[in-house]
Amino acid sequence: MTTLHIDHTSRWFGNVVAVNDITMDIGPGVTGLLGPNGAGKSTLINMMGGFLPPSTGSVTLDGKPIWRNQEAYKEIGLVPEREGMYDFLTGWDFVLANAELHKLPDPAAAAREALVTVEMEHAQERKISTYSKGMRQRVKMASALVHQPSVLLLDEPFNGMDPRQRMHLMQLLRQMGDQGRTVLFSSHILEEVEQLASHIEVVVAGRHAASGDFRKIRRLMTDRPHRYLVRSSDDRRLAAALIADASTAGIQLDWDEKALQIQAIDFGRFTELLPKLAREHGIRLYTVSPSDESLESVFSYLVAA
Amino acid sequence: MYNHTVARLTYKGLLGRRRALLLCALPLLLLVVAVAVRGLTGADDEVAKGLLGSFAMATMVPLIGVVAGTGAIGPEIDDGSVVYLLAKPLKRSSIIVTKLLVAIGVTVAFSAIPTLLAGYILNGNSQQIAVAYAVGAAVASVAYSALFLLLGTISRHAVVIGLVYALIWEALVGSIVPGARDLSVQQWALSLAQKVGDSGAGITSEVGVPTGVTLLLVVTLGGTWYAVRKLRTLKLAGEE
Repeated sequence: MTTLHIDHTSRWFGNVVAVNDITMDIGPGVTGLLGPNGAGKSTLINMMGGFLPPSTGSVTLDGKPIWRNQEAYKEIGLVPEREGMYDFLTGWDFVLANAELHKLPDPAAAAREALVTVEMEHAQERKISTYSKGMRQRVKMASALVHQPSVLLLDEPFNGMDPRQRMHLMQLLRQMGDQGRTVLFSSHILEEVEQLASHIEVVVAGRHAASGDFRKIRRLMTDRPHRYLVRSSDDRRLAAALIADASTAGIQLDWDEKALQIQAIDFGRFTELLPKLAREHGIRLYTVSPSDESLESVFSYLVAA
Repeated sequence: MYNHTVARLTYKGLLGRRRALLLCALPLLLLVVAVAVRGLTGADDEVAKGLLGSFAMATMVPLIGVVAGTGAIGPEIDDGSVVYLLAKPLKRSSIIVTKLLVAIGVTVAFSAIPTLLAGYILNGNSQQIAVAYAVGAAVASVAYSALFLLLGTISRHAVVIGLVYALIWEALVGSIVPGARDLSVQQWALSLAQKVGDSGAGITSEVGVPTGVTLLLVVTLGGTWYAVRKLRTLKLAGEE
């Protein structure tokens, strides 16, 4: 049983705070690190992988710091996001070299097993430079698995994979999690994370925004108030009719935009109510647009929650 | 200290890419010129000294040193593949020492050995000129490899800085400006070449053997020590 412990950890680069006072424990099973691009996921993973010291706080593996502790790599398998990986070698040579660098007793057997696990033995004699993105990803996986690590860290592993490759990798990671390994992967796509991770950590703008299983995260995301921008032939009358219903929590007459800013708390009911009320009162709707549907705003809502 | 796998990855990277052509070009040129000069003017100690001193020692050795020294680690840090070496329970010093040995081997093979051959072609090692310059080249190879390997670990522009040093400092300033010569790997190595060559050969160096050897050791050991230090705390910032 291996646990990654992140304790009041911050990391800044000059004036930019990439990770802001995050505390979390990553234990056995599959954990998804979810957040928009630039949220600090890679910075966190780099700290967990020992490639970046925290500015404050600590990042430890079973109580031992990871930064400048090369012995930690006996437990950690790393699948970096970057593509650089000795393209001039064959897949076999690459995985074998990784096994040798771990000083395994039988590196050839370990390399063979890892390549079979990721189903790449058919292409192992080809040079890595000839591989597709998905094949590279799988060989990276093999190199990370070769020493049977108890912790597996993957940075955006599904980027650029086709659906079949994605399914295969998900199956593989699920299997690793079921074996009791601590698997952590990052992604900016909610669907990806909820398909795979039993536990989700959400990071937004360097802060730890939410934590829990996907149902909890999903609910937080859909139950939040939705904001709409509406323009009509009679904004004031429409506002009066809408505020009478329990599906709205607040309406503002926005004079600059010449529009209504509406906050809906019952999303389903509001979308049915708006056209019905407009017809009843003979009001024409010119614009109805959600003003905060981007993933970023969903995440920033979670930060506030 | 020596790790066979690190060595294999390093020399495959060094010799596999376009670098191999680059490494072959200068020694080949030296040998071609040596054959041509011998054919045209016959064996002449002064000509041999001129070609080995100003082309082989002053230009070829530092350039090969730049290519091999920075190439032994720079590209891996640039493209991020160094992660696969670092994410292992490996002593950082063994990574650096192994890479240094590979860089020295490549530099000696592509500069000191061609220098020896060219010397024999030019005057049949008369007055020990061929052996003297080959020893100088070999000793310089060690210091250049350590220096440029360090450069490869601290700067993304290692090749450019290395070239500027090799071409402007060593080849130009180091040969012309008297004071600058004291601070030149080339001159330190020449102090040994001077010792090896016959007194009549007239190989000169700005520094004496004790000073030359001391400074070569300081650069080699200091450079290696600092490279280990840099690698131990190499940070990989996120892509975001």
